Amino acid sequence: MLDLIVVLFLFGGLLLFTGTTVGLLRFPDFYCRVHAAGKGDTLSTMLLLGGLILYHLHDFSGASVLVGLKLFLIILFVFVSSPVATHAIIDAGYEARAPYWVKPAPPESEATSPDPGSPPPSPES
Amino acid sequence: MEALLIGVGVILLLLMMLALYRAIGGPTIIDRILAANVIGTKTTVLIILIGILYGRVDMFVDIALTYALLNFVASIAASRFYQRHVQPVAEPSAPPEEPKEESRA
Repeated sequence: MLDLIVVLFLFGGLLLFTGTTVGLLRFPDFYCRVHAAGKGDTLSTMLLLGGLILYHLHDFSGASVLVGLKLFLIILFVFVSSPVATHAIIDAGYEARAPYWVKPAPPESEATSPDPGSPPPSPES
Repeated sequence: MEALLIGVGVILLLLMMLALYRAIGGPTIIDRILAANVIGTKTTVLIILIGILYGRVDMFVDIALTYALLNFVASIAASRFYQRHVQPVAEPSAPPEEPKEESRA
């Protein structure tokens, strides 16, 4: 039963980290990439570390509970510090005026703006 | 169960290398700082994973906690330096409406 929960946590963390990486690579703008990196990174780290805590608590003893508490301390620290670092990064980008991405205008075609006097365009081309 | 942990570690490493692409070829400097922050956060998870695989978690958890602290401080220091001392290379296409003053601590 504990194995199932560990597997669920690890897969959830990996899924979110995949979303983070795809967002880092594919978003067109710096500000969008900070969204992907900040949110996905924090939660996926917490889920992965939570899964590893539950895996380590498999053999229950005093020493393993202490190590589990230290790992939980890392989770708390990441929960507090990673959003702060994300805000510092995006604040630095905004103050230094990082360029915005502008959606390119759709190309002008004859089908959208027909001439009133000429006959309608033929289906080919 | 150990094979699962090894597989998770390998996939984590592959995804971190994909984030390295943004760290190397990011168009702006702040993109690289962002990718370095992401890679550093996942390095702490990888350290603890290796500690579990080798059976000595109690040693590796201290290293991971220290590295998480270092990553956080380095991210904030690098972004503050970029904010104060680096001029933007490209002209922004749509600058913000009211530029803020430098009078903040």
